[in-house]
Amino acid sequence: MASIPQIFESMEYGPAPEAASPALAWIAEHGGRFGHFIGNAGVDPSDGAWFDTSNPANGKVLAAVAQGSAADVDRAVRAARAAQKAWAAIGGHARARHLYAIARQVQKHARLLAVLESLDNGKPIRESRDIDVPLVARHFYHHAGWAQLMETELAGSAPVGVVGQIIPWNFPLLMLAWKIAPAIAMGNTVVIKPAEFTPLTALLFAELCRNAGLPDGVVNVVTGDGRTGEAIVTHPDVDKIAFTGSTEVGRIIRVATAGSGKKLSLELGGKSPFIVFEDADLDSVVEGVVDAIWFNQGQVCCAGSRILAQEGIAERLTARLRARMETLRMGDPLDKAVDIGAIIAPVQLEKISALVKQGEEEGATVWQPSWSCPTDGCFYPPTLFTGVSPSATIAQVEIFGPVVVMMTFRTPAEAVELANNTRYGLAASVWTESVNLALDVAPKLAAGTVWINCTNVFDAASGFGGYRESGFGREGGREGLREYVKPRWMERWKDGKMEAVRRGKRDRGSARTRAGSDLPSFQPSTVPPIDRTAKLYIGGKQSRPDSGYSIIVHDASGAIAGEVGKGNRKDIRNAVEAAQKATAWTRGTAHARAQVLYFIGENLAARADEFRRRLRQLTGDRSAAREVDRAIERVFGAAAWADKWDGAVHHTTFRNVTLAMPEALGVIGVVCPADAPLLAFVSAVMPAVALGNRVVAIPSADVPLLATDFYQVLETSDVPAGVINIVTGDPDELGAVLAAHDDVDGMWHFGSAAGAAEVERLSAGNMKRTWVDYGMPRDWHDDEQGAGREFLEHATQVKNIWVPYGE
Amino acid sequence: MAQVSRDARSAGSGSELDPRFIPRNPGIPLELDWVRDVRVNRSAVERRAATLGTRRTVKKEWQAAWLLRAITLMDLTTLSGDDTPGRVRRLCAKARQPVQPELLAQLGAASLRIRTAAVCVYHAMVPTAVEALAGSGIPVAAVSTGFPAGLSPFRQRLAEIGESVQAGAEEIDVVITRSHVLTGDWQALYDEVRAFREACGDAHIKTILATGELGTLRNVARASLVCMMAGADFIKTSTGKEGVNAVLPVGLVMVRAIREYLERRGHLVGFKPAGGIRTARDSLVWLSLMKEELGDRWLRPELFRFGASALLTDIERQLEYFATGRYSADYRHPMG
Repeated sequence: MASIPQIFESMEYGPAPEAASPALAWIAEHGGRFGHFIGNAGVDPSDGAWFDTSNPANGKVLAAVAQGSAADVDRAVRAARAAQKAWAAIGGHARARHLYAIARQVQKHARLLAVLESLDNGKPIRESRDIDVPLVARHFYHHAGWAQLMETELAGSAPVGVVGQIIPWNFPLLMLAWKIAPAIAMGNTVVIKPAEFTPLTALLFAELCRNAGLPDGVVNVVTGDGRTGEAIVTHPDVDKIAFTGSTEVGRIIRVATAGSGKKLSLELGGKSPFIVFEDADLDSVVEGVVDAIWFNQGQVCCAGSRILAQEGIAERLTARLRARMETLRMGDPLDKAVDIGAIIAPVQLEKISALVKQGEEEGATVWQPSWSCPTDGCFYPPTLFTGVSPSATIAQVEIFGPVVVMMTFRTPAEAVELANNTRYGLAASVWTESVNLALDVAPKLAAGTVWINCTNVFDAASGFGGYRESGFGREGGREGLREYVKPRWMERWKDGKMEAVRRGKRDRGSARTRAGSDLPSFQPSTVPPIDRTAKLYIGGKQSRPDSGYSIIVHDASGAIAGEVGKGNRKDIRNAVEAAQKATAWTRGTAHARAQVLYFIGENLAARADEFRRRLRQLTGDRSAAREVDRAIERVFGAAAWADKWDGAVHHTTFRNVTLAMPEALGVIGVVCPADAPLLAFVSAVMPAVALGNRVVAIPSADVPLLATDFYQVLETSDVPAGVINIVTGDPDELGAVLAAHDDVDGMWHFGSAAGAAEVERLSAGNMKRTWVDYGMPRDWHDDEQGAGREFLEHATQVKNIWVPYGE
Repeated sequence: MAQVSRDARSAGSGSELDPRFIPRNPGIPLELDWVRDVRVNRSAVERRAATLGTRRTVKKEWQAAWLLRAITLMDLTTLSGDDTPGRVRRLCAKARQPVQPELLAQLGAASLRIRTAAVCVYHAMVPTAVEALAGSGIPVAAVSTGFPAGLSPFRQRLAEIGESVQAGAEEIDVVITRSHVLTGDWQALYDEVRAFREACGDAHIKTILATGELGTLRNVARASLVCMMAGADFIKTSTGKEGVNAVLPVGLVMVRAIREYLERRGHLVGFKPAGGIRTARDSLVWLSLMKEELGDRWLRPELFRFGASALLTDIERQLEYFATGRYSADYRHPMG
């Protein structure tokens, strides 16, 4: 060991180890072997299968853990199901007490949790101690508050039920908190599966919950690999799946749950841009990069892995980054003076190495610091690529390691273009000293979180989640609660009656359209009425269907009422293209949109009699007058909301404004139900466009003529071209084309159960947001079911913009 | 740059710890574009500062060695209205022997010559201090130019420097006119510091920015830059009399300014945080700040000083704890 005089000269850092012994003692107390945690008790795996979890910093086995079988998952789901009703029934305040107790438990055992986390995961103790564990406690405190407030602040909402949760290895405990806290706060019970690489802290956490007096079955932990996860995803009695992990697996889950009625939230991968403008504080930028890509060894879904630097400062930034990389310290994760710990597993190390090699082969310049990595565990040095083009593999693929690529841009517009040139949309970081520039760029970035002059900061009060293929749903904040509740009226869908209700609906509906090849039968008449041709409405123009076929529409008496075009995939393609072009509608002011909507209402009212007659003729419904009046009301309702669906300023835990901005999804495909042909169309389409979306609507299959009549109202109401597009035809067929279209951002489906399943399945292509009724009935005349927040929430996604301040 | 590399090898022999071994910053013409171009993001700076002390730590032998090093970087200071020759002589004796030889021996560090970097006093106490430190090689630093407010007549301030140098002070800690910074009159600040530096002659000049009175971190960065352009040997945070003195975000901004000045013009400038650094732990965080941001050259008295009075006692207590495993008490260590 170096003597004090020697160190006095060298002024080196020495070892500063955090003791592993308390965590190892906890493992030993369990005999080095952990069953599942179900109903507040350890449960051995039903088929006796175990696997090892090890310390990635030295490869040593830490413990054996149960490999969950389908039977184990079933046992856990049953425990959760048994507990759920009582857990919801104890009320918000009682649940708040439980969550508060959990938060306290986390604090009281903070160091044990942190050390165990670093042992199992390989992350530096500084991070688990100062970042992960405090955020975990904070998440339970914050959601104790939401439990308390649920009955008033989320009136009309009910718990979803039993939630299956699958979490990744990069933030084992923090992701657990993000999943469990909101779920149990809202009265759900959970079955959670920690990642196979990092199961230990979840098991310790479950013990803490039991010690805190959490009732049996509220939190259940089943350990295992992907097979266990699959058993959770496919379990018929799970009401919701929440998943954090790769986009690849997220896509599989989306497909697997399609049509099942399971609610789904996905937090997936990213390739988040880190944009540096020439007026940024460059020294602070350098530390920002450290936090962006060398936090948790870069194994962070929202890691700032693409530096976009303005050309004028790129060279200086590169030089400073390289200098900074030399002073990073890598080593034993339990050393308190280490910046970078171990990569989770050899397989991940190989993936990183292979991508870096590919980056070099594709011609980018690689740079790594001069110091050498520890060789006895899983370590990878911080790596900077310069001279990278957007077309390079390393610029597009998520590396999930301490590797950052750098590109340059010329103008703010180009920065935005490069930033958005990705399938992902999880986060972005923007560095500039100009508030004008920052607030100009932030809304233009396709990312769920935008950090101005900071990066990788999190808080329970702010929603976190993706745009695009980074997934959907939010975790944290008021917006995150939506994932764990459903409208109370939907509870009648449950209790085994779902199929019966669906059947009843099918029986009631009678097809009034027949295949286009059927010729109209001759009917004698004196002076014939002037023939009317209902067309498709695309890009503000009436257009004939590409197919050249028409569908005959019958009225209530069975007589022919007219024809509508038989839209096909090309019509959908054209409609989506028109909708994508109408971006001015989204950029424009809410007031301007409201004005257009009020004008629609005005013009619809002026033609109310005509619509009433048409409805009566086509549906034979005596309540046609009521439907038209209600439709006018709904247009006004949407117009009213246009400038009132406000965002929020979240109270996060450092000096900044966290702006939660609801943003339009973009282009939404809307498949209308067969019933309430005018009202449902208006009730769905109007709120979507009111909040800035452009829509491609597939009107009622049975009574499409109301929608085609309606485009004449649109034409007289100053609706810009492409904002509302109407394609008549087979809703299931056209809905499928829309769902499979990767330039459609959202899908609403109020049609058949089969159509809904198909929409969910096909949406996995670009992970578009979906909202489907699974063929269940919705009473469009009812204001709770046919209007209100549910529509507005589905029409928007929340972007959180963090703006620190202080001069 | 080649001629300064020796400080990295200098093994603590007295003569080489002398500030004269570092080529002095000659200053450069005032570059207003550079000054105006300065960007400092307070929130990001605070974030970095907040993790400096959590990202790095030294334990056991390393901590003891670092604390001994901290002592050798100290400008042991008394700046009170009730200073007397007796008080100053006592302080100088402590500067010569800041750690009891017995304790040093227990640490296995008897071979090290541990003494403070300087003793810092008001002008009136300079002769006493010079006499008390004679033969020790420890320089006397005098605060000057109307310390602490710096608002006495300009000629008088210049004269004050001259008198202190005359009296044997080898280092002059001057205060700048804060209003020049607050009104953005960089030319005036530059001219002032230039004049101070000339008045110092061979004595080294430390410019005290009084950062607690400059309003913004951007002002701190700009003032740092202008003082360096004007030829400051050291830039120093505070007089110790402002409401806020040496705090890490301010230190970080000043240190980054030093780094940029070095990168762009090749001149080495020292840094002295002063005021409010009272605990051994504080001193270790400052040392890792210097090591991380500027490198090991700034862990030597030629380029880094603590302005401190109470710090030494806490360090002595920590050293004794390390040597004996028993928590120590103030009274067990001789007063300064």
